[in-house]
Amino acid sequence: MTLAEGVQLVTFGLLVAMTLGGALGVVLLDNIVYSAFLLGGVFTSMSGLYILLNAGFVAAAQVLVYVGAVSVLILFGIMLVNKEQAFVPMKRAWLGKAATGGVCVGLFALLAASTLNTPWAISSEVPTGDLATAAIGVHFFTDYLLPFELASVLLLIALIGAIVLARREFIPDVAPGDLSEALQLPERPRELVSSASASEPES
Amino acid sequence: MNQGIDLQGSFVNALVDLGLPAGAAKALWLPLPMVVILVGATVSIFVTVWLERKISAAAQQRIGPEFAGPLGTLQAAADGIKLIFKEDITPAKADPLLFTLGPAIVVIPVFLSYLIVPFGQNLVITDIGVGIFLWIALSSIAPIGLLMSGYSSNNKYSLLGGLRAAAQSISYEIPMALAVLAVVLMSNSLSTIDIVNQQSGYGILGWNIWRQPAGFLIFWIAALAECERLPFDLPEAEEELVAGYQTEYTGMKFGLFYVGSYVNLVLSALIVSILYLGGWEFPVSVSWLANLLGVSETTPWLQVITASVGIMMTLFKAYALVFIAVLLRWTMPRVRIDQLLDFGWKFLLPVSLVNLLLTAALKLTFPVAFGG
Repeated sequence: MTLAEGVQLVTFGLLVAMTLGGALGVVLLDNIVYSAFLLGGVFTSMSGLYILLNAGFVAAAQVLVYVGAVSVLILFGIMLVNKEQAFVPMKRAWLGKAATGGVCVGLFALLAASTLNTPWAISSEVPTGDLATAAIGVHFFTDYLLPFELASVLLLIALIGAIVLARREFIPDVAPGDLSEALQLPERPRELVSSASASEPES
Repeated sequence: MNQGIDLQGSFVNALVDLGLPAGAAKALWLPLPMVVILVGATVSIFVTVWLERKISAAAQQRIGPEFAGPLGTLQAAADGIKLIFKEDITPAKADPLLFTLGPAIVVIPVFLSYLIVPFGQNLVITDIGVGIFLWIALSSIAPIGLLMSGYSSNNKYSLLGGLRAAAQSISYEIPMALAVLAVVLMSNSLSTIDIVNQQSGYGILGWNIWRQPAGFLIFWIAALAECERLPFDLPEAEEELVAGYQTEYTGMKFGLFYVGSYVNLVLSALIVSILYLGGWEFPVSVSWLANLLGVSETTPWLQVITASVGIMMTLFKAYALVFIAVLLRWTMPRVRIDQLLDFGWKFLLPVSLVNLLLTAALKLTFPVAFGG
């Protein structure tokens, strides 16, 4: 085994452990903030796996989009609407947990079986490596043009929707206090137009 | 395409001649460039802190540090030693794990980004194909560290500061990426080496700053905002937020934020000099001079001169930009948070989009000048 192969093997083991451990932490931890940070860790380790597969561009895009945008957005959401609220212990909560666990194990078994039984057409070609950037661009503008454009339209819709939600330029008719406390965001009602353009979310 | 000195080749050959197997020689070589760059980046903190103190002093007609070392050059070391020996306090109600992890996540991506900074044709840790895109991706990790330290301090000023910092760096990342995209469009490559090579050949006239003046300004403004330099240092606006996300930090954890911010400033200056100021290129093309004097480009002494001129030019351009950043600090008032976001989203973003479109149009019209 050469040096490069050894490094690859050890890195692969570490990345897999980080991905699986992080993902389990996301699901199992009680503290939602820990889960959100661990999700960022999972995305980062996945980009490491892409690097091992010689897909540098995909790895960088993964970090930029998932770690830099999606995770930060989730964290923003959690931190802006962070209401200290203890969970009310429910009777027979284990029933729900057991059902969830059963569904998850079943799904995993199904996916694992189909992965193992599918005759994958594994390409024996040398990975394109750095040339992949150009190849991805060509695909985006030829045979994958429609999905690419549809995805961008979807993002535009989400962007406009977020702006509409963020620009609440009305005073609520209901006097504050009518709503039950639990349903309210922990913020003051906005003034008329003045503070409308504080920050637009990023898509 | 192997101009310049092949340090790796000579090092490995020298060790193989000494009787080491080739694999072991290669393994010994691997950490060397990384260590050199890490040490260089760390030393750059000292230089930048000293420059900042001295230039600030000059701007305010003071003398600045002068007792620690000659001309006060060791002042940053004194600061660092003080920070190391300070008690490391974790607030009682803070989250100790995230509190410790936050500063590290802010600093690590910055140091990692030095991976792609070239100081010469072969003087770079690795010339990876995604080059500058990797830097953009890595710089998008920092907000997570800021949010983490802001949240875990369990202090309303820290949380607000962390949220502000994250909002700021997300907002300015987009104009910055679009400005980089315009440069990439001209050089047909994401690799930093290719970007510099595309500007070479005509000396100072070939640099991207003449073809991308708007892009240069957008990038520099966005880079200052990413580094949280004045006039964009809102996350630590002391009259509003005590010290933002740094409020609860002491000792070296506090120091790490400053390490990160100074290294990031130098890194941004280096990237600006690579993208717009011709990287390691001398204002007069060295190969043209060599041809004029009748010296072959493969002459060893000429290559040594080219390499050292390259390193000096890269550092000189970067520190000239750091100088401008320090001067800006004492000329500009701090902007308000709504002005900051308005400026980023309503001015820089449209302008950088127009810049990108114009570059694409010019590239189609004048493929000779705009790298067709």
